[in-house]
Amino acid sequence: MCTVCGCNESETHVSAINKPLHYGQGSAHAHAPGLSQQRMVQIEKDILGKNDRYAQANRERLRQAGQLCINLVSSPGSGKTTLLSETLECLVGTIPLAVIEGDQQTSNDAERIRATGVPAIQVNTGKGCHLDAHMVGHALAKLPLAEHGILFIENVGNLVCPAAFDLGEAHKVVILSITEGEDKPLKYPDMFAAADLMVINKMDLQPYLDFDLDRCIGYARRVNPEIEVLRVSARSGEGMDAWLDWLQLRRQSLLCSQL
Amino acid sequence: MHEMSICERIVQVLEEQARTHCYQRVKKVWLEIGPLAGVELEALRFSFEVVARGTLTEGAGLEIIQPPGEAWCLTCDKLVAIRERFDSCPECGGYRLRVTSGDQLRIKELQVE
Repeated sequence: MCTVCGCNESETHVSAINKPLHYGQGSAHAHAPGLSQQRMVQIEKDILGKNDRYAQANRERLRQAGQLCINLVSSPGSGKTTLLSETLECLVGTIPLAVIEGDQQTSNDAERIRATGVPAIQVNTGKGCHLDAHMVGHALAKLPLAEHGILFIENVGNLVCPAAFDLGEAHKVVILSITEGEDKPLKYPDMFAAADLMVINKMDLQPYLDFDLDRCIGYARRVNPEIEVLRVSARSGEGMDAWLDWLQLRRQSLLCSQL
Repeated sequence: MHEMSICERIVQVLEEQARTHCYQRVKKVWLEIGPLAGVELEALRFSFEVVARGTLTEGAGLEIIQPPGEAWCLTCDKLVAIRERFDSCPECGGYRLRVTSGDQLRIKELQVE
Protein backbone atom coordinates (compact mmCIF):
# COMPACT_ATOMS: atom_id res chain seq x y z
CA MET A 1 0.00 0.00 0.00
CA CYS A 2 1.35 3.42 -0.83
CA THR A 3 2.08 5.99 1.86
CA VAL A 4 0.68 8.94 -0.13
CA CYS A 5 -2.99 8.05 -0.05
CA GLY A 6 -3.31 4.39 0.86
CA CYS A 7 -4.00 3.23 -2.68
CA ASN A 8 -2.76 -0.03 -4.10
CA GLU A 9 0.43 0.97 -5.91
CA SER A 10 0.32 -2.06 -8.14
CA GLU A 11 -2.77 -0.59 -9.79
CA THR A 12 -1.72 3.04 -9.89
CA HIS A 13 1.78 4.31 -10.26
CA VAL A 14 3.42 7.43 -11.44
CA SER A 15 5.34 6.07 -14.39
CA ALA A 16 2.38 4.47 -16.16
CA ILE A 17 -1.21 4.72 -15.19
CA ASN A 18 -2.66 2.80 -18.04
CA LYS A 19 -5.13 0.38 -16.55
CA PRO A 20 -8.81 1.15 -16.36
CA LEU A 21 -10.44 0.75 -12.99
CA HIS A 22 -12.36 -2.46 -12.49
CA TYR A 23 -15.09 -2.91 -9.96
CA GLY A 24 -17.43 -5.56 -8.74
CA GLN A 25 -15.40 -8.47 -9.98
CA GLY A 26 -15.09 -10.14 -6.61
CA SER A 27 -17.88 -11.95 -4.80
CA ALA A 28 -20.51 -9.87 -3.00
CA HIS A 29 -19.62 -9.73 0.68
CA ALA A 30 -22.44 -7.63 2.01
CA HIS A 31 -25.71 -9.35 2.69
CA ALA A 32 -28.37 -7.34 4.43
CA PRO A 33 -31.53 -9.33 5.17
CA GLY A 34 -34.75 -7.46 4.65
CA LEU A 35 -33.14 -4.84 2.43
CA SER A 36 -33.72 -6.48 -0.91
CA GLN A 37 -36.63 -4.22 -1.85
CA GLN A 38 -36.04 -1.21 -3.99
CA ARG A 39 -35.53 2.02 -2.10
CA MET A 40 -34.14 5.49 -2.62
CA VAL A 41 -30.81 6.67 -1.25
CA GLN A 42 -29.89 10.36 -1.18
CA ILE A 43 -26.15 10.69 -1.47
CA GLU A 44 -25.34 14.17 -2.85
CA LYS A 45 -21.76 13.38 -3.84
CA ASP A 46 -19.57 15.50 -6.06
CA ILE A 47 -18.36 13.25 -8.84
CA LEU A 48 -14.91 14.84 -8.78
CA GLY A 49 -14.94 15.03 -4.97
CA LYS A 50 -12.24 12.41 -4.63
CA ASN A 51 -9.92 14.37 -6.92
CA ASP A 52 -10.67 17.52 -4.94
CA ARG A 53 -9.72 15.80 -1.68
CA TYR A 54 -6.39 14.68 -3.16
CA ALA A 55 -5.89 18.21 -4.49
CA GLN A 56 -6.44 19.67 -1.02
CA ALA A 57 -3.88 17.24 0.40
CA ASN A 58 -1.40 18.29 -2.30
CA ARG A 59 -2.09 21.97 -1.57
CA GLU A 60 -1.41 21.44 2.13
CA ARG A 61 1.78 19.57 1.38
CA LEU A 62 2.95 22.33 -0.97
CA ARG A 63 2.07 24.96 1.60
CA GLN A 64 4.18 23.19 4.21
CA ALA A 65 7.06 23.00 1.73
CA GLY A 66 6.61 26.71 0.91
CA GLN A 67 6.20 25.97 -2.78
CA LEU A 68 4.51 28.13 -5.37
CA CYS A 69 2.85 25.61 -7.65
CA ILE A 70 1.98 26.63 -11.21
CA ASN A 71 -0.10 24.36 -13.44
CA LEU A 72 0.72 25.08 -17.10
CA VAL A 73 -2.09 24.16 -19.47
CA SER A 74 -2.48 24.56 -23.22
CA SER A 75 -3.20 22.74 -26.43
CA PRO A 76 -0.39 20.55 -27.83
CA GLY A 77 2.28 22.54 -29.63
CA SER A 78 1.70 25.92 -27.96
CA GLY A 79 5.32 26.01 -26.83
CA LYS A 80 4.74 25.05 -23.19
CA THR A 81 7.90 23.02 -22.87
CA THR A 82 10.02 25.68 -24.59
CA LEU A 83 8.54 28.41 -22.38
CA LEU A 84 9.17 26.24 -19.34
CA SER A 85 12.74 25.34 -20.22
CA GLU A 86 13.58 29.00 -21.03
CA THR A 87 11.99 30.03 -17.71
CA LEU A 88 14.06 27.47 -15.85
CA GLU A 89 17.24 28.64 -17.61
CA CYS A 90 16.55 32.16 -16.32
CA LEU A 91 15.71 31.12 -12.75
CA VAL A 92 18.00 28.17 -12.11
CA GLY A 93 20.56 28.89 -9.41
CA THR A 94 18.53 31.80 -8.00
CA ILE A 95 15.59 29.90 -6.50
CA PRO A 96 14.80 26.20 -5.99
CA LEU A 97 12.87 24.72 -8.91
CA ALA A 98 11.18 21.43 -9.71
CA VAL A 99 8.97 20.14 -12.51
CA ILE A 100 6.26 17.52 -12.95
CA GLU A 101 5.84 16.69 -16.62
CA GLY A 102 2.57 15.21 -17.79
CA ASP A 103 2.24 13.51 -21.16
CA GLN A 104 0.32 10.57 -22.46
CA GLN A 105 3.53 8.77 -23.38
CA THR A 106 7.33 9.23 -23.54
CA SER A 107 9.67 10.95 -21.13
CA ASN A 108 11.05 13.31 -23.80
CA ASP A 109 9.86 16.44 -21.99
CA ALA A 110 11.27 15.44 -18.60
CA GLU A 111 14.61 14.80 -20.31
CA ARG A 112 14.46 18.27 -21.90
CA ILE A 113 13.81 19.76 -18.49
CA ARG A 114 16.53 17.76 -16.72
CA ALA A 115 18.98 19.12 -19.30
CA THR A 116 18.51 22.52 -17.61
CA GLY A 117 19.67 20.99 -14.30
CA VAL A 118 16.26 21.12 -12.67
CA PRO A 119 14.81 17.94 -11.10
CA ALA A 120 11.86 16.68 -13.14
CA ILE A 121 9.58 13.70 -12.90
CA GLN A 122 7.58 12.41 -15.82
CA VAL A 123 4.01 11.24 -15.30
CA ASN A 124 2.60 9.27 -18.19
CA THR A 125 -1.15 9.27 -18.09
CA GLY A 126 -1.45 6.31 -20.46
CA LYS A 127 -4.97 6.49 -21.82
CA GLY A 128 -5.74 9.55 -19.72
CA CYS A 129 -6.28 12.97 -21.21
CA HIS A 130 -5.27 14.97 -18.11
CA LEU A 131 -3.24 14.82 -14.92
CA ASP A 132 -5.29 14.30 -11.77
CA ALA A 133 -4.48 15.16 -8.18
CA HIS A 134 -3.80 11.54 -7.27
CA MET A 135 -1.03 11.24 -9.88
CA VAL A 136 0.46 14.54 -8.75
CA GLY A 137 0.42 13.35 -5.11
CA HIS A 138 2.57 10.37 -6.11
CA ALA A 139 4.90 12.57 -8.12
CA LEU A 140 5.29 14.95 -5.14
CA ALA A 141 6.35 12.05 -2.96
CA LYS A 142 9.23 11.32 -5.33
CA LEU A 143 10.34 14.84 -6.13
CA PRO A 144 12.88 16.67 -3.98
CA LEU A 145 11.29 20.02 -3.06
CA ALA A 146 13.62 22.59 -1.50
CA GLU A 147 11.85 25.27 0.56
CA HIS A 148 10.49 28.46 -0.99
CA GLY A 149 10.82 27.29 -4.57
CA ILE A 150 8.57 27.07 -7.58
CA LEU A 151 7.07 23.80 -8.73
CA PHE A 152 5.86 23.79 -12.31
CA ILE A 153 3.39 21.19 -13.47
CA GLU A 154 3.28 20.89 -17.24
CA ASN A 155 -0.10 19.34 -17.89
CA VAL A 156 -1.02 17.12 -20.81
CA GLY A 157 -1.47 19.21 -23.97
CA ASN A 158 -5.25 19.46 -24.03
CA LEU A 159 -7.43 22.55 -23.76
CA VAL A 160 -10.46 20.65 -22.49
CA CYS A 161 -10.04 18.08 -19.73
CA PRO A 162 -7.31 19.57 -17.49
CA ALA A 163 -9.67 22.49 -16.78
CA ALA A 164 -11.82 20.34 -14.54
CA PHE A 165 -9.05 18.81 -12.42
CA ASP A 166 -7.64 20.75 -9.50
CA LEU A 167 -4.13 19.44 -8.83
CA GLY A 168 -3.52 21.54 -5.73
CA GLU A 169 -1.80 24.32 -7.66
CA ALA A 170 -1.83 28.00 -6.72
CA HIS A 171 -2.55 29.13 -10.29
CA LYS A 172 -3.47 27.63 -13.61
CA VAL A 173 -1.64 29.45 -16.39
CA VAL A 174 -2.97 28.92 -19.89
CA ILE A 175 -0.57 29.31 -22.79
CA LEU A 176 -1.96 30.22 -26.18
CA SER A 177 0.33 30.58 -29.17
CA ILE A 178 -0.55 33.02 -31.91
CA THR A 179 -0.38 30.27 -34.53
CA GLU A 180 -3.55 28.82 -33.02
CA GLY A 181 -6.21 31.41 -33.85
CA GLU A 182 -7.63 34.15 -31.67
CA ASP A 183 -10.95 32.45 -30.97
CA LYS A 184 -9.50 29.64 -28.83
CA PRO A 185 -10.85 31.25 -25.62
CA LEU A 186 -14.38 30.97 -27.02
CA LYS A 187 -13.88 27.51 -28.43
CA TYR A 188 -12.45 26.18 -25.16
CA PRO A 189 -14.02 28.48 -22.57
CA ASP A 190 -13.66 26.20 -19.53
CA MET A 191 -9.89 26.37 -19.61
CA PHE A 192 -9.77 30.15 -19.92
CA ALA A 193 -12.34 30.43 -17.14
CA ALA A 194 -10.17 28.26 -14.86
CA ALA A 195 -6.88 30.12 -15.54
CA ASP A 196 -5.59 33.18 -13.67
CA LEU A 197 -3.13 34.16 -16.39
CA MET A 198 -3.06 33.80 -20.18
CA VAL A 199 0.40 33.81 -21.72
CA ILE A 200 0.23 34.59 -25.43
CA ASN A 201 3.29 32.85 -26.83
CA LYS A 202 5.26 32.90 -30.11
CA MET A 203 4.93 36.69 -30.38
CA ASP A 204 8.03 36.69 -32.63
CA LEU A 205 5.81 35.23 -35.38
CA GLN A 206 3.35 38.11 -35.30
CA PRO A 207 4.63 39.82 -38.49
CA TYR A 208 3.86 36.65 -40.46
CA LEU A 209 0.37 35.99 -39.12
CA ASP A 210 -3.06 37.62 -39.11
CA PHE A 211 -3.57 36.97 -35.42
CA ASP A 212 -5.78 39.68 -33.91
CA LEU A 213 -4.30 40.15 -30.44
CA ASP A 214 -6.91 42.56 -29.09
CA ARG A 215 -9.74 40.35 -30.24
CA CYS A 216 -8.11 37.32 -28.58
CA ILE A 217 -7.75 39.18 -25.27
CA GLY A 218 -11.35 40.40 -25.59
CA TYR A 219 -12.57 36.83 -26.06
CA ALA A 220 -10.59 35.63 -23.05
CA ARG A 221 -12.07 38.40 -20.89
CA ARG A 222 -15.58 37.54 -22.05
CA VAL A 223 -15.06 34.13 -20.51
CA ASN A 224 -13.03 35.34 -17.55
CA PRO A 225 -13.19 39.11 -16.86
CA GLU A 226 -10.34 38.85 -14.34
CA ILE A 227 -7.78 36.93 -16.42
CA GLU A 228 -4.36 38.57 -16.61
CA VAL A 229 -2.55 38.61 -19.96
CA LEU A 230 1.14 38.56 -20.89
CA ARG A 231 2.68 38.56 -24.37
CA VAL A 232 5.77 36.45 -24.67
CA SER A 233 8.12 34.85 -27.13
CA ALA A 234 9.99 32.07 -25.40
CA ARG A 235 12.18 31.86 -28.49
CA SER A 236 13.25 35.49 -28.83
CA GLY A 237 12.97 36.33 -25.13
CA GLU A 238 10.42 39.10 -25.74
CA GLY A 239 8.17 39.56 -22.72
CA MET A 240 10.07 37.02 -20.63
CA ASP A 241 10.92 39.61 -17.97
CA ALA A 242 7.25 40.36 -17.33
CA TRP A 243 6.54 36.63 -17.02
CA LEU A 244 9.46 36.14 -14.60
CA ASP A 245 8.25 39.17 -12.59
CA TRP A 246 4.76 37.69 -12.45
CA LEU A 247 6.20 34.46 -11.02
CA GLN A 248 8.45 36.26 -8.51
CA LEU A 249 5.57 38.43 -7.32
CA ARG A 250 3.36 35.38 -6.70
CA ARG A 251 6.20 33.61 -4.94
CA GLN A 252 6.94 36.59 -2.71
CA SER A 253 3.32 37.08 -1.75
CA LEU A 254 3.14 33.40 -0.86
CA LEU A 255 6.24 33.76 1.33
CA CYS A 256 4.82 36.89 3.00
CA SER A 257 1.54 35.11 3.72
CA GLN A 258 3.48 32.39 5.54
CA LEU A 259 5.49 34.69 7.77
CA MET B 1 -14.65 15.76 -22.04
CA HIS B 2 -13.31 12.69 -20.23
CA GLU B 3 -16.84 11.27 -19.92
CA MET B 4 -15.35 7.79 -19.54
CA SER B 5 -13.31 8.73 -16.49
CA ILE B 6 -16.29 10.60 -15.01
CA CYS B 7 -18.30 7.38 -15.36
CA GLU B 8 -15.51 5.40 -13.71
CA ARG B 9 -15.71 7.82 -10.76
CA ILE B 10 -19.49 7.50 -10.60
CA VAL B 11 -19.29 3.70 -10.49
CA GLN B 12 -16.51 3.97 -7.89
CA VAL B 13 -18.67 6.20 -5.67
CA LEU B 14 -21.63 3.82 -6.04
CA GLU B 15 -19.43 0.88 -5.00
CA GLU B 16 -18.27 2.79 -1.91
CA GLN B 17 -21.81 3.86 -1.05
CA ALA B 18 -23.00 0.25 -1.34
CA ARG B 19 -21.07 -0.52 1.84
CA THR B 20 -22.41 2.52 3.71
CA HIS B 21 -26.02 2.13 2.62
CA CYS B 22 -26.12 -1.69 2.35
CA TYR B 23 -27.39 -2.27 -1.16
CA GLN B 24 -26.48 -4.87 -3.73
CA ARG B 25 -27.76 -3.36 -6.95
CA VAL B 26 -28.27 0.10 -8.30
CA LYS B 27 -31.42 0.36 -10.42
CA LYS B 28 -31.36 4.04 -11.24
CA VAL B 29 -29.00 6.97 -10.72
CA TRP B 30 -29.93 10.67 -10.69
CA LEU B 31 -27.11 12.96 -11.70
CA GLU B 32 -27.10 16.73 -11.56
CA ILE B 33 -25.04 18.14 -14.43
CA GLY B 34 -24.93 21.84 -15.13
CA PRO B 35 -24.60 23.28 -18.64
CA LEU B 36 -21.14 24.66 -17.73
CA ALA B 37 -19.75 21.39 -16.33
CA GLY B 38 -18.13 20.57 -19.68
CA VAL B 39 -19.89 17.22 -19.95
CA GLU B 40 -21.38 15.93 -23.19
CA LEU B 41 -24.51 14.12 -22.05
CA GLU B 42 -24.75 11.68 -24.95
CA ALA B 43 -21.13 10.64 -24.48
CA LEU B 44 -21.79 10.27 -20.76
CA ARG B 45 -24.78 7.95 -21.33
CA PHE B 46 -22.75 5.85 -23.73
CA SER B 47 -19.76 5.62 -21.37
CA PHE B 48 -21.94 4.87 -18.36
CA GLU B 49 -23.42 1.80 -19.98
CA VAL B 50 -19.97 0.51 -20.91
CA VAL B 51 -18.29 1.26 -17.55
CA ALA B 52 -21.21 -0.16 -15.53
CA ARG B 53 -20.91 -3.60 -17.14
CA GLY B 54 -19.86 -6.26 -14.64
CA THR B 55 -20.52 -3.99 -11.64
CA LEU B 56 -23.42 -3.57 -9.24
CA THR B 57 -24.53 -0.67 -11.45
CA GLU B 58 -24.89 -2.79 -14.61
CA GLY B 59 -28.09 -1.99 -16.48
CA ALA B 60 -28.99 0.91 -14.17
CA GLY B 61 -31.05 3.73 -15.63
CA LEU B 62 -29.51 7.19 -15.81
CA GLU B 63 -31.59 10.28 -15.10
CA ILE B 64 -29.94 13.64 -15.67
CA ILE B 65 -31.15 16.75 -13.91
CA GLN B 66 -29.93 19.91 -15.65
CA PRO B 67 -29.92 22.96 -13.41
CA PRO B 68 -29.83 26.32 -15.22
CA GLY B 69 -26.60 28.29 -15.63
CA GLU B 70 -26.46 31.51 -13.64
CA ALA B 71 -23.99 34.35 -13.33
CA TRP B 72 -23.68 37.55 -11.34
CA CYS B 73 -23.45 40.54 -13.67
CA LEU B 74 -21.03 43.06 -12.15
CA THR B 75 -22.52 45.83 -14.29
CA CYS B 76 -26.22 45.18 -13.56
CA ASP B 77 -25.47 44.00 -10.03
CA LYS B 78 -27.88 41.08 -10.32
CA LEU B 79 -28.17 37.37 -11.13
CA VAL B 80 -28.80 36.54 -14.78
CA ALA B 81 -29.33 33.32 -16.74
CA ILE B 82 -26.55 32.05 -19.03
CA ARG B 83 -26.12 28.93 -21.13
CA GLU B 84 -22.43 29.15 -22.01
CA ARG B 85 -19.37 30.62 -20.32
CA PHE B 86 -18.95 33.13 -23.13
CA ASP B 87 -22.57 34.34 -23.05
CA SER B 88 -23.13 38.03 -22.58
CA CYS B 89 -25.46 39.45 -19.95
CA PRO B 90 -29.04 39.21 -21.32
CA GLU B 91 -29.82 42.56 -19.67
CA CYS B 92 -26.88 44.84 -20.54
CA GLY B 93 -25.03 42.83 -23.21
CA GLY B 94 -21.76 43.08 -21.27
CA TYR B 95 -19.33 40.34 -20.35
CA ARG B 96 -18.52 41.26 -16.77
CA LEU B 97 -20.10 38.05 -15.52
CA ARG B 98 -19.07 35.84 -12.65
CA VAL B 99 -20.52 32.35 -12.93
CA THR B 100 -22.44 31.38 -9.78
CA SER B 101 -24.19 28.19 -10.85
CA GLY B 102 -24.13 25.73 -13.71
CA ASP B 103 -20.94 23.74 -13.20
CA GLN B 104 -22.56 21.12 -10.97
CA LEU B 105 -21.33 17.57 -11.44
CA ARG B 106 -23.02 15.58 -8.69
CA ILE B 107 -24.69 12.29 -7.91
CA LYS B 108 -28.01 13.28 -6.29
CA GLU B 109 -29.78 10.06 -5.44
CA LEU B 110 -30.12 6.41 -6.22
CA GLN B 111 -32.79 3.79 -6.50
CA VAL B 112 -31.26 0.62 -5.07
CA GLU B 113 -32.13 -2.84 -3.86
